[in-house]
Amino acid sequence: MHIPDGYLSPATCAVAYAVAVPFWSIGFRRVKRVLHTRAVPLLAMVSAFSFVVMMFNLPIPGGTTAHAVGLGIGAVLLGPWAAMLAVSIALMIQALFFGDGGITAFGANCVNMAIAGPLVAYAVYRLVSGRSAIGSRRRVVAAALAGYAGINVAAFLAACEFGIQPMLFHDATGTPLYAPYPLSLAIPAMMAAHVTVAGAAEAVIAGGLVAYLQRANPELLEVTAARPGGGWRATRALWLGLGAMMVASPLGLLAAGMAWGEWGVEDFQDPESRAQIVAATGNAALPDGVPVGLERLSSLWTAPLPDYAPGFMHDPSFGYIVSAVVGAGLVSLAVLALAWIVARTRGQGPRTPESGAAHGG
Amino acid sequence: MADDAVDRPRRSRRGLTESVSRAMCRAFDAEDIAARDGLLQHLDPRIKVGGFVLLIVVAVSVRSLVVLGGLFGFAVLLALLSRIAPARLARQVWLGVFAFTGLVALPAIVLVPGEVVARVPGLAWPITLQGLRSAAFLLGRGETAATFAALLVLSTPWPHVLKALRAYRAPVVLVAILGMTHRYVFLLQSVAVQMVEARRSRTVGALGGRDRRRMAAATAGVLFGKALHLSSEVHLAMISRGYRGEVFLLDDFRTRPRDWVALAVFGAVAAMAMWFGGA
Repeated sequence: MHIPDGYLSPATCAVAYAVAVPFWSIGFRRVKRVLHTRAVPLLAMVSAFSFVVMMFNLPIPGGTTAHAVGLGIGAVLLGPWAAMLAVSIALMIQALFFGDGGITAFGANCVNMAIAGPLVAYAVYRLVSGRSAIGSRRRVVAAALAGYAGINVAAFLAACEFGIQPMLFHDATGTPLYAPYPLSLAIPAMMAAHVTVAGAAEAVIAGGLVAYLQRANPELLEVTAARPGGGWRATRALWLGLGAMMVASPLGLLAAGMAWGEWGVEDFQDPESRAQIVAATGNAALPDGVPVGLERLSSLWTAPLPDYAPGFMHDPSFGYIVSAVVGAGLVSLAVLALAWIVARTRGQGPRTPESGAAHGG
Repeated sequence: MADDAVDRPRRSRRGLTESVSRAMCRAFDAEDIAARDGLLQHLDPRIKVGGFVLLIVVAVSVRSLVVLGGLFGFAVLLALLSRIAPARLARQVWLGVFAFTGLVALPAIVLVPGEVVARVPGLAWPITLQGLRSAAFLLGRGETAATFAALLVLSTPWPHVLKALRAYRAPVVLVAILGMTHRYVFLLQSVAVQMVEARRSRTVGALGGRDRRRMAAATAGVLFGKALHLSSEVHLAMISRGYRGEVFLLDDFRTRPRDWVALAVFGAVAAMAMWFGGA
């Protein structure tokens, strides 16, 4: 899971750093706001704890053993923001001092294991544990599922980062310059190990830790337990981030060529597009015409905003932004509707989920 | 079967103990090597941090195997001039990278499509030129970058590496947290090992998988509690010494002429590598 130097291109590494920096910045500001002068010693201790937990060799049902990453534990005990910082610092010490994980790939490792993993783990923990009692068995299951989901999301992201390398970075002879396996190989290879052994290790340590703390130190679990509150302040940064991404969506127009696997009927009819498809698929032979199934199914549904370019707009950049606003709005409406239905089913009013703030213990 | 059942818990216990002792040995060794009289040991840590990060980025960027080999040779030369034995680098870096990256890179020689240069004996799988080059790139980049990173850490005390990061605008709070984390990693490691050993010394017979999982989770839980308790104590100690949320670090490095020469050499090697091996 710790990506060494040389597996990812410098461009990929730079993008990963660019993705990670805002999360680090927001995370540190949130933690500092809550903890004030306690931030430095607490983050240092929890980072050291994360580091040590990564050395635990866990017996997995079935007879094998595996090391946990501990991203689920951090999210369950501290919330996503503090976990993000603690795991990042542990990864930095591993990369700098112990050579575990690359220096150029540090940003990517953090995006996978310190940012996406804890965020997903925290969301799963809160979703599954709901408002259950601190000592309930449901929280143990929620923590185990959180750890399992978090590490698998992290592995999936790493696999995607590996898988796009041969498509984007190869020399004139077709030699992949970095990780050599395409998505079709990288994803199954990574996920096979994480869906089974590594995921089980993360589930064991996260679920087991919550079960232990329920008996021995239940107040430590109250930090991330659901409670009323939130509102605009709690989710402000997320909404602002979403808005910034909408405005930045026309950057997609800068990408040259076509998206791999998103070929349409017209791409199979156009000789230039066919040449690009052949080049992108390792010179695999294409069918002479449009594949029958693709042609039949393509007429089933016509998108209202095809290619993110509404027909009534002449400026493609503005079309992208409008498409982003419409898409994000529809997703938000769907989530709100789902939350309303769930609240009605449970016989209580809708609640805004707590922000997952920088809980510090 | 019975032997296996008895043996497994012992292996698990050794796993944590060995990991911790290996990490500690490595830290002590690094301090020992950093105190030796060698080329890199005499350089300003800021120059070393900048120079090695530059060389790592270049090693990851070049598109020529010959140039990559040249960079690896430069790393070995620096090690020799700094009295860091190649045998140590082999043990600590090269074998590990070769085992891990070699395992990842090996299938590439048959899975990457391209010009067939040979076939796997007995299986007739095609070995391609592109696959061989791709595997060589992966292995070469991994070995070279890891060697540069190891040279930095082996020739520079950790506190100096951290202070040098300040010269590159790393937030002072980050540097302070990294320093404290590094210090308490070893303390928490010792505590974890002591907890496992204490439990094992009071256990008769072999533990089953379920009990071992519970023990690991309980150890992690106690360790987390201790970490929080320790952070409160450290916080109070910091407050009692005047800490009000602002971190100050002494910045007492001095750059001498030989440091500038070293920086020029690092820069020249990086520029030549990009000139001859860039895109």
